[in-house]
Amino acid sequence: MTPLLSVHDLRVGFGRNPQANEVVRGVSFDLADGETLAIVGESGSGKSVTALSINRLIDFGGGRITGGAMTLKRADGSLVDLMTATEAQLTGIRGAEIGMIFQEPMTSLNPVLTIGSQIEESFRLHRGLTGRQAIAAAKDALDRVRIPDAARRLKYTPNQLSGGMLQRVMIAIALACNPRLLIADEPTTALDVTVQAQIMALLAELKRETGMSVIFITHDIGLVAGIADRVMVMQNGQAVEQGELNQILDRPQHPYTQHLLHAVPHFANGSNARVDGQRDKGAAEEPALEVNGLVVRFPLKSNFFSRATGAVHAVDGVDFDLMPGETLAIVGESGSGKSTTAKAVLGLVRSTRGSFSVGTRKTAAGHSAKPVQMVFQNPYASLNPRLTIESILAEPVIATGGRVNAETLARMASLLERVGLPRNSLERYPHEFSGGQRQRLCIARALMLNPSVVVLDEAVSALDVSVQAKVLELLVDLQREFGLAYLFISHDMAVVERIAHRIAVIYAGQIVEIGDAASVLSKPRHSYTKKLISAVPTIERRREHFELDTRQVPSLVRPRGFEPAPARWETFGGDHLARVEG
Amino acid sequence: MRILRAIFGHGSGRIGGVIVGIYLLIAILGLLGLTPHNPITQYRIDRLHPPSAAYWMGTDLFGRDVASRLMAGIGQSFTVAFFSVAFAALAGTILGLAAAWLGRRWDGVVMRVMDVLLAFPAILLALLIVTVAGPGTWTSVIAIGIVYTPIFTRVVRGPALSLKAREFVDAARTFGSSSSYIVTRHLLLNLVAPLTVQVTLALAWALLTEAGLSFLGLGTQPPAASLGLMLSDSRNLMETAPWLMIFPGLTIMISILGFNLLGDALRDILDPRMRRAPA
Amino acid sequence: MNYLMRRLATFPLVLLGVSILVFVAIRLVPGDSITAMLGTEAGLLTPAQRESLAAYFGIDQPWFVQYWRWIGGILHGNFGISVTYGRPVLDVILERFPLTLELAVLSMIIALAVGMPAGIYAATHSEKPSDLGVRIVAMVGQSTPSFVLGLLIIYTLSAGFGVLPAMGEFAPLWQDPLRNLSQLILPAITLGFAFAASVTRISRSAMLDVLGDDYVRTARSKGASARSVIWRHALPNALIPVVTLSGIEFGYLLGGAVIVEQIYALPGLGRMVLDAILQRDYALVQGAVLFIAFNFMIVNLLVDLAYVALDPRIRLGEQ
Repeated sequence: MTPLLSVHDLRVGFGRNPQANEVVRGVSFDLADGETLAIVGESGSGKSVTALSINRLIDFGGGRITGGAMTLKRADGSLVDLMTATEAQLTGIRGAEIGMIFQEPMTSLNPVLTIGSQIEESFRLHRGLTGRQAIAAAKDALDRVRIPDAARRLKYTPNQLSGGMLQRVMIAIALACNPRLLIADEPTTALDVTVQAQIMALLAELKRETGMSVIFITHDIGLVAGIADRVMVMQNGQAVEQGELNQILDRPQHPYTQHLLHAVPHFANGSNARVDGQRDKGAAEEPALEVNGLVVRFPLKSNFFSRATGAVHAVDGVDFDLMPGETLAIVGESGSGKSTTAKAVLGLVRSTRGSFSVGTRKTAAGHSAKPVQMVFQNPYASLNPRLTIESILAEPVIATGGRVNAETLARMASLLERVGLPRNSLERYPHEFSGGQRQRLCIARALMLNPSVVVLDEAVSALDVSVQAKVLELLVDLQREFGLAYLFISHDMAVVERIAHRIAVIYAGQIVEIGDAASVLSKPRHSYTKKLISAVPTIERRREHFELDTRQVPSLVRPRGFEPAPARWETFGGDHLARVEG
Repeated sequence: MRILRAIFGHGSGRIGGVIVGIYLLIAILGLLGLTPHNPITQYRIDRLHPPSAAYWMGTDLFGRDVASRLMAGIGQSFTVAFFSVAFAALAGTILGLAAAWLGRRWDGVVMRVMDVLLAFPAILLALLIVTVAGPGTWTSVIAIGIVYTPIFTRVVRGPALSLKAREFVDAARTFGSSSSYIVTRHLLLNLVAPLTVQVTLALAWALLTEAGLSFLGLGTQPPAASLGLMLSDSRNLMETAPWLMIFPGLTIMISILGFNLLGDALRDILDPRMRRAPA
Repeated sequence: MNYLMRRLATFPLVLLGVSILVFVAIRLVPGDSITAMLGTEAGLLTPAQRESLAAYFGIDQPWFVQYWRWIGGILHGNFGISVTYGRPVLDVILERFPLTLELAVLSMIIALAVGMPAGIYAATHSEKPSDLGVRIVAMVGQSTPSFVLGLLIIYTLSAGFGVLPAMGEFAPLWQDPLRNLSQLILPAITLGFAFAASVTRISRSAMLDVLGDDYVRTARSKGASARSVIWRHALPNALIPVVTLSGIEFGYLLGGAVIVEQIYALPGLGRMVLDAILQRDYALVQGAVLFIAFNFMIVNLLVDLAYVALDPRIRLGEQ
C-alpha cells in the first residue's frame, strides 16, 4: 500500500545561497495512514524546518527546498508531488488534507479577529460554507475539542482565553476539515505540564476518532512514549535514527539517541532522587534560610480614584526552612506563586507579611555581605549585553563596596574555570556565549559574593535538554564544594528529581505538600501533587492514555480583607507533610 | 570604528554617510568664512547674475554670491540643528530616565507635562516660543530643542521601562547595586543605540524646522545667510532667477535626505530586533 | 483600568496644562500687557488711561486671577478681541478654520490613498526592484520640505506651462466645490507629499513585520490564499501603526498649513496665526494656538478610539 506521505532525501536551506546553508540535510521517511511519527531533536536539529517543508510553509519563512522528493496521497487516492505543486494546489491541500498546529498558541491566532471567524475561515475555504452554516460548523469544531460553552466563546478574541484553551482552538482549526495528516510542531512546549497532559489526551482521543496520521515534533523524548508509533531522532539536520517506538526507546543504536535517553533528566517517580546530603536528624543545625508566614499581595484597583477593592493573593502564607548544603525545590505551575516567593526572598517584590531569617553561619568560602543570591531563568536577559564579562562579574563586588583588584580578578578567573568557561572569557561580551555558557556565567556571578543560599528560578528551563543535564551536574558539584543551600524554583518534575533533597509543591499561592524528595515523588499525598505527577510524561508510560480533566485553576483575586483559613497538616512519616483538603 | 565600517557596508548608509560628511565639511568651511566670496558683500554690478565661473551658483538681487551664502547658510543651519538636538537629547534622556526609574508619581508628572507639549503641532509650538522670545538664532535653538524634548523623553522612557524589567536589573538589585550604577550601566548604556538613531533622525527634522522658521521670517534674521531665508527671498524672482530657488531648495533637501538615510541605516545596524537572539 | 477610561481621564488634565502654557507664554512676552494688546497705539495713552485700561482688563490682578477670568471667558466662547481685526477672536478663527481643516483633511486623504497601497505593494514585492523604487521615492519624499516642494510646483507650472496655480478669491467648499478643489489640490499635494512618504514607509515595514508573525503562518496553514492572507489577516494588524502615525501627522499637517498657506496665499488659520505673530496681535495668537491644540487633541482622541476599535487587546484594558 502506498504510504500517506513519503519523504525522500529532503534538503532545505536558508539565505542567499541555500545550498551552502542547509538546515535539513537529506531526511527520508514514510508515513502510513493512521500512523503517528514523532520527530525528536534539540533546537537547531532541523525538526521544525522538516515539518514546515511538508506543506511548503517554509517557502514563506525564508527557506528553500534544495533537493529531494515528497509525495502525498490525496483523499481521492491520487498522488501529488509536493515539490512541484503549484501554490494554488498547495492552498487546496493546506487545511484540507494537512492540518498544522504550532508551539505558541498565544501568537498563532490573529489577535484582532474572533476565534469564531478564524475557525469559520477553514470551512469557508474548503467546504464552501457561509453564514449560519459556517457558524454552526465552528461551534461543532469547538465542541469537538471539549471547549465548554462553545457558542459564547466563538465571539471571544484570543486575548480572552488561556494558553491551553487557545491551543485547543488551534487544534479545532487544524482539524476543522478532517485532514488526514496533522503536523503538530511542539504543541505543548509553551504550556504547563497539567495542561500539556490535557492537550495530549485530546490529541490521542481525536486521533482515535478520526484515524488521521500525525507528525509530532518535540524536544521531549518522554512525551513521545505516550503517543508515537514510530520515532525519528534528528541531529544537525539529519535523521540519525528512526524506527518503531519500543525499539528506539529500549534498544537505541545511535549514540545521540542513547545520550537523549540517558544523559537527559527523565522523570522516574522519585527513584532518581538524590541520596547524598540528606538532613541529619540529630544535629540541631541553624538553617541557612528560614521563611515564616510569607504573604505577597498585589492590590487591585477598579479605577484611578478608588481604593483597592481586592488583591491578587500571589503568595498566601508560605513557610519553609532550608539547611546548609540542601536543595529545596519549589514546584508549581505558572501563576502558582513560586517565582513570586523567590523574588520576595530576595526583596525584588515587597512582601505584605512574613519574616525571613538568613543563617549567620560561614560558608566554606567565607562570610558574605549578601548571603542570598539568585540565578534567573532567561540567560539571554539576565546579562547586560553591553558589558564585558569582567564588568558583569565585578558588579556584585562593586555593589557591596568592594574594589576590583588583583584578588577580585583572581577570584573571577578561578570561578570561571570552576564553572567550565575558557580563561579568556573576561574581556568578551555575553553574545559571544551560548545559552548554557551564559547560565554558567550567571552562576559564577552569583558566587562572586560567597553566598550561603542561591535561589535558582527556573535556572535550566530555557536550556536544551542535554545542556540542562550538564548545568545540573555543575550545580550539584558546586553545592558539595561550597556547602551551598539551593532554593530551586521549577515547573519541571524531571529536573527537580535530579537536584532536590526536599520538595515543596505550591498551588494557588500556598504550599500543599512538602517533604523529602523521594517520598513526595513516589508517594504523593495531596490531590494536586498526584495530578501534577501523573501529568509528567515518562518513557516508561507507553501509549498510556492521559485523562481529560478540564478543571480550571482557581482565581487568585480575593476581595478586600480576605484571609485564607489556617492550614491543617497531616504527617506521613518523617517530615513529609500534606495540607488537609476539604 | 566598527560602526563606521558597518555604515559603509550598508547601501543607504554609505550614501547617507557621504552626504552628511560633505555637508559637515561645507558647514565648517562656511562657519570659518572660507567661502569663495564674502557671503554678505553686495557686488552691485553683478546683480542677478546667472551661474558662471565666477559665481558658481549665480548672485541674488543684491549681487551677493549664492554659493557663498549657501555655505554660510549650511553652517548656520547645522549650528542650530546640532545645538537644538543636543538640548533635546540631553533634556529628553534625563527626563525619560527619571520617569522610567522613579516611576509612579514622577512618571505621571513628567509624562503629563510631555503630553502638554505634544498637544501642540510642532511648528506651532516653535512659533509660540519665537513669539515670546523674539526671532533669532538662539531662539530657534531653544524652540526646536523644546519641541523635540518630549519625543526624546518617549524614546528613552519606553525602552528604559522595558530594560528596568529585564532580569539583569533584577540581578543588580539582588547584589545591592546603587541606583546610579543601575541607571548608567544597565539602562543608559543599552539606550545608546536607539538614542544614536533618534539623534540622527532628529537632526534631519531640526534642519527642516530651522529652514521652515527662517522661511517664515521667524528664524535667522537678515543679513545673515540662511537657507530658509534664501528660499523665501527667491519667491518673487522665481521666473527671472530660478537658481535662487533651485540651489537652496536642493541643498535643504539633500541635507535632510542624508540624515534620514544615515538614520535608517543606523536603525538597521543597531536595532536589536534585527539581531534576534537564537531561539 | 480600561485604556480608554484612562485616556479620557487625562484629557482635561492635559487641556488644562495646554491652556496654562499658552496663557503663561503670552504673559512672558517682553513689554507690558497694554502695549502687547494695543500694539503701537498704546504709546498714545496717558498714564491714567493706562491704569483704567489695566483695571478694565484685570491686568492689575495676580496672574491666577487673570488666568481664571481668561479661561472662564473661553469656556463661554469669549476668546477676547483681536486688535488687528477689531472683532472677537473666535469669530476670526472660525472664519479661517474651515479652509485649514479642509486642507489638512485633503492632504491626509491624499497621503493615505497613495501611501498605503504603495507601502503594501512594496512589502508584498519585498527585495524586488519595484520595492526598491518605492523605497527610494518614499525616502526622497520624506526628505522634501513642503516649502521646497511648493515652490518647485509653482515654478514648474509658471516656467513650464506659463500658468499660475488658481488663486484669487478663495471659494468655500459649499459654494463652489470645483473651484474650491482646484484651488486646494496643489496645496494639499504639497502638504501631504512628505506625509504620503511616511505612510508608505510605515505601511511597508508594518506589513513586513506582520507577514512574519505566527498567525499569518497559521492562516497559510489553513490554506488561505495569498490575497486573503494580506487583506484579511495581515492588513488589520498592520493598520495599527499607520493609525498611530496618522494621528501624530495630523498635527504636522495643521502646523505645516502655516507654511503652505503662506506659499499659496490661502486665507487660512495658519497664515492668520503667522500674521498675528508679526502684527503682535497677542489675543489672536493666544486664541488660535489654543484652538489648534484643542483640535489636535480631539483628533488624537479619535485616533485612540480607532485604535481601540482595531485592537481588542487595548479594548479590554491590557497594558
